[in-house]
Amino acid sequence: MLPQATRIEAVISENARTRTLVLAAHWQAEPGQFLLAWLPRHDEKPFSLVDDDPVTITVAAVGPFTRLLHRLQPGTRLWLRGPLGRGFVLRGQRLLLVGGGYGVAPLWFLARRAMAAGAAVTAVIGARTAAELLFVTRLAAMGVHSLVTTEDGSLGHKGLVTDVVEPLLAAGTVDTLYGCGPHGMLVALARLAQRYGVPAQLSWEAYMRCGLGLCGSCEHEGRLLCLEGPVLSVSPEP
Amino acid sequence: MDVRLTTSFLHLRLPTPLVLASGIWGTSAALLVRAAQAGCGAVTSKSCGPEPRRGHVNPTCLDWGHGLLNAIGLPNPGAEAEVAVLAAARAALAPLGSALIASFFADTVANFGRVAAVLARAEPDLLEANVSCPNVHSEFGEPFAARAESAAAVTAAIKEAVPHIPLIVKLAPDVPDIGRIAQAVVAAGADAICAINTMPGMIIDLESGQPILANRRGGISGPALLPIALRCVYEIHQAVPHVPIIGTGGVTTGADAVAMLMAGATAVGVGSAVYYRGPEAITLIRDELTAWLRDHGHTSPEAVRGLAHREPVYDLPPSPPPFPAVHGAE
Repeated sequence: MLPQATRIEAVISENARTRTLVLAAHWQAEPGQFLLAWLPRHDEKPFSLVDDDPVTITVAAVGPFTRLLHRLQPGTRLWLRGPLGRGFVLRGQRLLLVGGGYGVAPLWFLARRAMAAGAAVTAVIGARTAAELLFVTRLAAMGVHSLVTTEDGSLGHKGLVTDVVEPLLAAGTVDTLYGCGPHGMLVALARLAQRYGVPAQLSWEAYMRCGLGLCGSCEHEGRLLCLEGPVLSVSPEP
Repeated sequence: MDVRLTTSFLHLRLPTPLVLASGIWGTSAALLVRAAQAGCGAVTSKSCGPEPRRGHVNPTCLDWGHGLLNAIGLPNPGAEAEVAVLAAARAALAPLGSALIASFFADTVANFGRVAAVLARAEPDLLEANVSCPNVHSEFGEPFAARAESAAAVTAAIKEAVPHIPLIVKLAPDVPDIGRIAQAVVAAGADAICAINTMPGMIIDLESGQPILANRRGGISGPALLPIALRCVYEIHQAVPHVPIIGTGGVTTGADAVAMLMAGATAVGVGSAVYYRGPEAITLIRDELTAWLRDHGHTSPEAVRGLAHREPVYDLPPSPPPFPAVHGAE
């Protein structure tokens, strides 16, 4: 698959450093899958799908390429490869979605699919500070029961998402735990999921280089995240 | 009759003739072990150099329809850090019986020797000198594999620095006479040849008019490379018939592996196949190779090695007596 040229249809400002790009491409994809977005002579980077029809990505400005993407206006061309990787699989009726930072982006896609399938969805959304929270209003508007945590206490619970997640898992009312966010958060979620015997699907972030399962750049515990991830399952310990 | 894939390669007895090619998965001990468990008799680590490198920016790899094109740009943690990766891999590979090949590159002849000496601390079973990466021209200039003299100079420097670990030299296909280069590196002390590295190429995006790879040019691998690799292995086997060859390039099926053995390879590299057939490719190729050998009455890969160089034998009945002379005819 070579990169396919498409155009930016709309740009939505999400928060101080995050923008959503709606693209003139229409795919069938699973939440948790990703694409590679290319600008010739600049770079190509992976982004989680926030929607597949139209293809939508949410971009946090963290480096030169993402800052460049933030400057692109509707009508500008962008080249895409995807959908790539393995996404989330809906299992059970009572789903807990946990997103840290811009890890919330693919969970919004998942929440929409889960709600459409009739599941009861609870979301825990965490960020360092209130200004960096993502998709809180979008999720609430969709009818998702949302809990917010910030590390500085500027909104919601002061602390980490795991503070809020643990009692929910302990209550035994979660069929599947879904997570996306920083590495440390996912390691903590995997530990909690195993402790409380809840199946979990976690989306790991990695630097995708070849995107074809060859180069090994995205290796995580012997798995190739670009091909076999980015979503990996955590089975409850027997 | 049972087929045994066990393969003698220099001083080693490899469980199978399949070798994980350099640049595929070789970034961590866990992935090298995974390849060995899947069926590789030897696994090659990602090429490492004197200093840490980030590699090229993306796009670094493409599927263009008939093969792949990559210019990853040799990202690696540097020789000093690589020692720990290799040592961990070696320890984990030992119970599986698979050999560890440490691949490396350098910017100068002297640095090839220095990097080899550092990596030797991890005691890999074999060293593989990557003198043929086609994707770092802008920094390193023409690959050392482009000329017999430079390839031989690198070989000699490595053998002087690390005489006790057998050395494989990995050659490039884009030379006028690969057999001559093979003879030169063998004369300089190379113990085995790996052939081939990827073939330089380019793919252009029509909408932007730009080469897609950030490095513009890259190396072709996958199915498109197989006939080039077979030709190179054939010519190397002709040039240095007693030197073991790892035949690498476009092998995606057991039949491809058989062809590589017939061209003269002792072991068969597997790389892009894990894209074409998924991570199961190694196991599939191993099982197909076994089945092919069994179906054709062979008990080992050795039985078909170099067949392409020999006259075919036809199973003909004894010649009939000449026709009797017919008397009385005109």
